Amino acid sequence: MAAAATYKDRQFLAVIGDEDSVTGLLLAGIGHVTDGPDSQRNFLVVDGKTETSEIEKTFQSFTQERKDIAIVLINQHIAERIRHTVDTFADPFPAILEIPSKDHPYDPEKDSVLKRVRRLFGE
Amino acid sequence: MSGAVGREPVFPTRQSLGIMKSKLKGAEIGHSLLKRKSEALTKYVRAEITRRIDEAKQKMGRVMQIAAFSLAEVSYAVGGDIGYQIQESAKQARFRVRAKHENVSGVFLPQFESHTETAINDFGLTGLGKGGQQIQRCRETYARAVETLVELASLQTAFLILDEVIKVVNRRVNAIEHVIIPRTENTIKCLYYHPPSPDVAHSNPNTDINSELDELDREEFYRLKKVSGKKQRDVAEADAEILAARQKAAEKEAANNTPAVAAPSTGDTDAPDVLGEQEDNDVIF
Repeated sequence: MAAAATYKDRQFLAVIGDEDSVTGLLLAGIGHVTDGPDSQRNFLVVDGKTETSEIEKTFQSFTQERKDIAIVLINQHIAERIRHTVDTFADPFPAILEIPSKDHPYDPEKDSVLKRVRRLFGE
Repeated sequence: MSGAVGREPVFPTRQSLGIMKSKLKGAEIGHSLLKRKSEALTKYVRAEITRRIDEAKQKMGRVMQIAAFSLAEVSYAVGGDIGYQIQESAKQARFRVRAKHENVSGVFLPQFESHTETAINDFGLTGLGKGGQQIQRCRETYARAVETLVELASLQTAFLILDEVIKVVNRRVNAIEHVIIPRTENTIKCLYYHPPSPDVAHSNPNTDINSELDELDREEFYRLKKVSGKKQRDVAEADAEILAARQKAAEKEAANNTPAVAAPSTGDTDAPDVLGEQEDNDVIF
């Protein structure tokens, strides 16, 4: 398949989340900062003051511009803020994964992929 | 031709009839194969992927909770916020993924595999003062959690790809079933040449009407008949002409030859009949 070339060099995980989630995932060792003058981080900490447009911009950059990201992890309550963008992104790469955060328990009903699963089986 | 189905733009010849027949056969084989593929994939998705996605999502909920708890332990032990320090010291990814293939009914599904670059350690100094043990435990917990997430991500990607493939395959199945096969059948019906037995011709009047090859055949037959009829007529005319000419010639000859015919007869009579009772002048007895 043509996709083979596109996912061969995808090796990083990216995360958009609240501070605790990001800290934890960075402790696991997923954090990466690219070399060079235009160094990019593969994580974004979102708090109450972060603009929705910034989340959206970061999401777009992780999903479309960067070709080295295999999985994008995003807290579900943040995904909720850019729900439209998350739902319209249907490509298999990178995989978008909605994860629960400490303060917001996981709700399967809101997950964009689970919604598609339900739709496929007409439930 | 007949209504909405349409037909292939082919010339009504035996060759294209053969081509259409093999095309129909191919379409039928392709239809059954694609249908089976679609069923196999749907079954795989139903039985495997969705169940595993559900399980993995639930597992993810649990691990993330445990991980969050261990992080809380860390902040308690360190006695402050380490988030900023962690974010600043992250430089190289220690935890990476690799994509592998899995082949399901001719569809390549990527599968992420996590691996750690043990040489990279950005957080060597984190928690040096206090809470080092908790931080170490927290890192392990989160590493396990991320492994679960990677597993879930492969399942999810597989699901998305399979979903797309199933849609494409179903579209093809429907196209073959509702467009290609009826159209080819219709074309064959239009072209179909049936043996010139009256039973067959009457058993399918539609075929009889639509059959272009047959029509062509009839046309050809009629043309040949016409041609041969004309030839016969020409020959008959020519014969008659020749006959007439001969007769004429004979008559003319006859008319011309009447004296000539008389001459030999006179000659004949002139010939001295030695044995006749004519008197011979020179016989001196």
